[in-house]
Amino acid sequence: MPSNPSPVMNQVSLTINGQSVVAAAGTSLLNAAKAAGIDLPHLCYDPRVEAIGSCRLCGVKVEGMRGIVSGCAQTVAAGMKVITEDAELARQRKHTLELLLSDHCSTCMGCDKSGACRLQDYAYRYGADQNRFGVVLAKPPARNFTTLNKGILFAADKCIRCGLCVKYCETVQMAEALTFSKRGSQMVVTTPLDENLHETSCEACGGCIRVCPVGAMLDKAAVGKGRESDLTRVKTICPYCGVGCQMDLLVDKQRNRIVRATSSPDAPINGGNLCVKGHFGFDYVNSPERLTHPLIRTADGFRQATWEEAIGFVGRRLREIRDQHGPDALAFVSSARCPNEENYLVQKLARTAGATNNVDNCATSCHAPTVAGLAAAFGSGAMTNSVGEIKDCAVMFLIGANPTEAHPIIGLEMKRALRRGAKLIVCDPRKTWLAQRAHIHIQHRPGSDNMLLNAILRCILDEGLADQEFIANRCEGFKEFERNLQGIAVEAAAEYCGVEAELIRAAARLYALGKPSAIYYTLGITEHSCGTDNVKNVANLAMLTGQIGKWASGVNPLRGQNNVQGACDMGAMANKLPGYQDWSDPVVRAKFEKAWGVSLPQNKGSKVPLFITAAGRGELKALYIVGEDLVATEPNQTKVIEDLSKLELLVCQEIFMSETAKLAHVIFPSACWAEKDGTFSASERRMQLIRKAVEPPGEAKADWEILCLVSTAMGYPMQYQNPSQIFDEMVSLAPIFGGMSHQRIGDRGLQWPCPTPEHPGTPFLHNGKFTRGKGKFHAITFHPQKEEPCAEYPLILSTGRTLYNYNCGNMTRKAAVINQRDPGNFVEIHPDTAARYGIRRDEKIVVRTRRGKVTGRAVVGDRVRPDIIWMPFHFAEEPTNNITNDVFDPVTATAEYKCCAAQLEKL
Amino acid sequence: MSAPEQCRIIFRHIDEPGYSNDLACYVRHGGYEILKKSVAMKPEAIVDEVKKSGLRGRGGAGFGCGLKWSLLDRKSGKPVYLIVNADESEPGTFKDRYIIHQDPHQLLEGIMITCFANNVKLAYIYIRGEFPHGARILEKAIAEARAANFVGPNILGTAYGCEIYIHRGAGAYICGEETGLIESLEGKRPNPRIKPPYFPAVLGLYQCPTIVNNVETLCHVKHIADMGGEAFSKIGTPGNTGTRILCVSGHVQHPGYYEFEVGKITMGQLLNDVCGGPLPGRKFKAVIPGGSSAKILKFGERFKGKRKVGAEMVDYDWGVEDVPMDFDSLGMIGTMGGSGGVIVMDDSVNMVEALANINAFYAHESCGQCTPCREGSLWMKKITSRMVHGTARTEDAALLKSVADQIPGRTICAFGEACSWPTQSFLAKFGDEFKQYPETKKAAKPAGALELV
Ligand SMILES: Cc1cc2nc3c(=O)[nH]c(=O)nc-3n(C[C@H](O)[C@H](O)[C@H](O)COP(=O)(O)O)c2cc1C
Ligand code: SF4
Ligand code: SF4
Ligand code: SF4
Ligand code: SF4
Ligand code: FES
Repeated sequence: MPSNPSPVMNQVSLTINGQSVVAAAGTSLLNAAKAAGIDLPHLCYDPRVEAIGSCRLCGVKVEGMRGIVSGCAQTVAAGMKVITEDAELARQRKHTLELLLSDHCSTCMGCDKSGACRLQDYAYRYGADQNRFGVVLAKPPARNFTTLNKGILFAADKCIRCGLCVKYCETVQMAEALTFSKRGSQMVVTTPLDENLHETSCEACGGCIRVCPVGAMLDKAAVGKGRESDLTRVKTICPYCGVGCQMDLLVDKQRNRIVRATSSPDAPINGGNLCVKGHFGFDYVNSPERLTHPLIRTADGFRQATWEEAIGFVGRRLREIRDQHGPDALAFVSSARCPNEENYLVQKLARTAGATNNVDNCATSCHAPTVAGLAAAFGSGAMTNSVGEIKDCAVMFLIGANPTEAHPIIGLEMKRALRRGAKLIVCDPRKTWLAQRAHIHIQHRPGSDNMLLNAILRCILDEGLADQEFIANRCEGFKEFERNLQGIAVEAAAEYCGVEAELIRAAARLYALGKPSAIYYTLGITEHSCGTDNVKNVANLAMLTGQIGKWASGVNPLRGQNNVQGACDMGAMANKLPGYQDWSDPVVRAKFEKAWGVSLPQNKGSKVPLFITAAGRGELKALYIVGEDLVATEPNQTKVIEDLSKLELLVCQEIFMSETAKLAHVIFPSACWAEKDGTFSASERRMQLIRKAVEPPGEAKADWEILCLVSTAMGYPMQYQNPSQIFDEMVSLAPIFGGMSHQRIGDRGLQWPCPTPEHPGTPFLHNGKFTRGKGKFHAITFHPQKEEPCAEYPLILSTGRTLYNYNCGNMTRKAAVINQRDPGNFVEIHPDTAARYGIRRDEKIVVRTRRGKVTGRAVVGDRVRPDIIWMPFHFAEEPTNNITNDVFDPVTATAEYKCCAAQLEKL
Repeated sequence: MSAPEQCRIIFRHIDEPGYSNDLACYVRHGGYEILKKSVAMKPEAIVDEVKKSGLRGRGGAGFGCGLKWSLLDRKSGKPVYLIVNADESEPGTFKDRYIIHQDPHQLLEGIMITCFANNVKLAYIYIRGEFPHGARILEKAIAEARAANFVGPNILGTAYGCEIYIHRGAGAYICGEETGLIESLEGKRPNPRIKPPYFPAVLGLYQCPTIVNNVETLCHVKHIADMGGEAFSKIGTPGNTGTRILCVSGHVQHPGYYEFEVGKITMGQLLNDVCGGPLPGRKFKAVIPGGSSAKILKFGERFKGKRKVGAEMVDYDWGVEDVPMDFDSLGMIGTMGGSGGVIVMDDSVNMVEALANINAFYAHESCGQCTPCREGSLWMKKITSRMVHGTARTEDAALLKSVADQIPGRTICAFGEACSWPTQSFLAKFGDEFKQYPETKKAAKPAGALELV
């Protein structure tokens, strides 16, 4: 395996307090000191934010430099001699602290920050007298911009005006919701015009809370619920999207409650940043709606059952159905929400006790085209680069991706790249946040992605921008690919896409010549009936220009669910065994048969949408679902309910009574993410540990425990001490994870491939050689979407996610902060369209398609083109997926969520 | 020795009967001829002349103008900007406004020569918000100059072009600090930027290399381009070349603005001969020589030391009246020439009250970023004001000193120095008053007055 070189930094040596220190050029004195174990006091510095230099505590002496030098702003230079502590500096710091305390309500006894407050620590360290300038009396709390906020509390009398929250909001989150008003000692943190924070551009990322060095920005719901020392810190991974942010849960063990969430700047992927869902979205864990006991269906609902009874019943019925109707009568749906260990067990259960390859996960409804398309082109279907490389991109090419909302922390890295001067191309029918700031925004019409991509490829060939050497040495299939493009005319393609040809040409040039360029895409191109083709064409683009297999250069699908990458890694799909091993390969089969002590099933297996239709036809008899809400998330909801109702046995492992669970015969109550151990695979192929923070409610059990019980009851005994043991078994069978263990993964995670215990993991793929050997070009013919607009349905409906809510919303919608920002369904409509229909802003309207209708609030604005309307799908009471189109990609059975024909009506 | 004659170069036409601020009048008086001459020169040659001239900035710090230009990062490939600092808000300073009101084209010509010399395509005049009339005059002047092809694209038939825009401040002293000014110009709060890394010459306006110069400085550039650096350097004294405008305010018979060769006139000559001495029956008590933030001088104190004259070191033994009004001499005696605002106080002034007034100004004007400045300026104000109101504590003079001593050198911008120097110097020179006066006040405190907090 070739090594993965990242750009090297120049190193310089200097001395700090007589100690010699080596640091990368550009490192601040403060950080160089920190690395050498010297803690330079600092209040206004946080690694997430560019140095501010306002607190003036970090001053040091540097030989040959005049006066006191700020350690947070001054960078290292070779041969520097630095003194960080002496009597004079200590005196100055004491004085500065006393000045801060002279305007600070130092009621540490009642302060939530006490014990984790740097101001308190330094005041102690330097012996600062808080009353030197007189006693500061607590001011009666005055109304401020957070008074009505559900998540954030600003305590003005604790604010030391370090500026971190304002700077974070302005330059990192780039939400520009916070500012200072007034000057001098009157200066105060507020919002523009003192508006209520939740009515500003605030994105509720919680960043202001995480960076505040004192108790001035607080999690409102956590106030009075425990100081740092009263709580236990549990490092785990966010349960929402596939970015894989590491977070720290602060847990009250006695009350068995998560009190608040935060993240530390040394978190591997997110560097201490989180989005609204990560920071505030854990209320659901404590929800009274959690399932606490096994439930068995009765004539008019459900009754509580014992575990023994429920497991016994399910084990017996599954066995009977398997034996009576054969392997294709049984199917298992694994969960992209659950850890790797549990996904491994679901597919093992299916293939051993179930004797069927009918196992799948939700990747089918989102990124299966990625797995299929990229595997065909490169040999493996995952992000080829890491999140940490984004900042080094010279050109970012986004297609069908809205990272600032759907993958907010990747969005944050893109914002950072923009600040560092990267160029941005966005191909998206909507004017997303990034599209508005893009150097080139191609607002093509939904469904025309491949036409657009072919046109870009054509331009690159026409203008001689192809990387001939890369094509010759690293790829195959070029001739046929080139021939296929002969029929493409850029002008005609541009016309079909509804954009200007010159824009396409400019994008082609910018991308091809970027040093380096990287592609990022998500469901905007996969959730189509031609999803796999779209992905293959994106791969073509990277290979044609040699923009892959390098630092900050490659093809990067941003995965949807927290562990959708892992569900695929673990082989929770019909045609792959764990570690992307082909189920039909005899050597592989022999290995698994030996390890598992069974002969592997011979049936080809199928996919989620086909399970549902098979159920409708009565061919599928039993469906076992772990943590997925098919009713809420599959297209054409009415039909899904009808089909699933025909099953002889529907079993759900769930944390809530979901729409699907309501149809089940047996429901097992599961422990949620915060209640168990395991690993998640982040989008960048990094496996990271999740850790148990609280006990599950009632009798709920971890999914892996339930799976073991069911398997045993079916006659295939499964027994593990803990998830780590399951992981070890998995690793022993899957060479690309061969060198991993829970212990090695630790707090930093490990990126696969990682074949041996010595291997450091792999930040970017295909360096020097593609996984499959040669990269394969595919000739892609354009296929239009299945439903074109017509007289009756003249608009194109596209769907997607908002920043605040997550998928079917059953986790996020229980969070007060999120509900305050994103309370219900809406429809984005262009002003011209709205005018044509006489629709006014905020009016409730009806969207109708061939499959039915839903309602939503009209959001009138030019985020969408006039021929398009856009809706989120988070709201069970107004379910957008009732009306999306249940036509599918022929390769992967991914549904065309992203476009169908629709009509608007006044309510 | 009686005072030398004024040497009016910058102020030649100020208050001249019949001289108006329109282009026609300026051109009648030879206006824009030097620009014409300059655009025929090599830009580097002009920069060299400015370096040779020894011109030092007239905005406050007295930094070498040629040196400042030579620090520009010219290799970055980014555009270079010029910002004209017309924020003139240092208390006691009133010179730039006369140039703007009465002779705006002189400034514009200086700007255009500077821009040509440094290959600047865009210049901004950042004018103090309280000068709306000045801003209108400049707008009109720029329009005239543009119409006459002195400003704008392809000036005077050359390939070179440059635009000048006016930006009005919104009323904060800190907008005069060059990096605060840049932030303000970018549309943000004028929080001064931290240096390193934000030196304007490298990462200035919109993160591009930027020159910030004072109005008066740029007018000098015009005359340097005219007479040559060599000739200019002969005006004034070595190291303190050219003329400068001294704005005298306070307790003298004839306050006003006067232009002299730098260092050719002493404080005594200025106050007694030029400004007519103290008011009847009064005596000079103190003078602040370079804007309110310069350290105060006390009549009667003496300054001794050695200084360089030509190649030799000579002893000096000066009273306040003997100090030559130049950057180096004022620096030597522990204060500064600053912005040229000379504030005179006679024996009617109570020093505690005077300082309380200055401190109130600085506490109000601190941008609020740095702890020592924000909190320090506040406490200096609070302490002097309680001294004035008779609610001071015995240890307050010592506390006041310790607060002032902890500010300079420890802040993001030079406001820290600016706000602490008055307190430091008032206490050092009039310490007795700071002990006696609060006691007298306390004794006279009306019953029921508020206790200090
Ligand atoms: C607090 C503060 C206020 C200032 N105000 C002004 C001002 O009003 N006008 C000015 O020209 N310079 C002012 N300066 C100086 C500028 O920062 C800068 O040094 C000057 O504009 C440079 O021009 P010069 O080199 O031509 O003097 C101020 C500096 C500080 C620290
Ligand atoms: S913010 Fe820190 S110093 Fe202030 S009261 Fe709270 S714990 Fe004490
Ligand atoms: S939560 Fe995030 S977006 Fe909102 S004010 Fe705080 S930092 Fe800004
Ligand atoms: S709220 Fe916290 S982070 Fe923001 S300025 Fe105040 S102390 Fe700093
Ligand atoms: S020294 Fe004062 S004015 Fe200057 S940046 Fe700091 S707080 Fe602002
Ligand atoms: S940490 Fe450097 S000034 Fe605050």
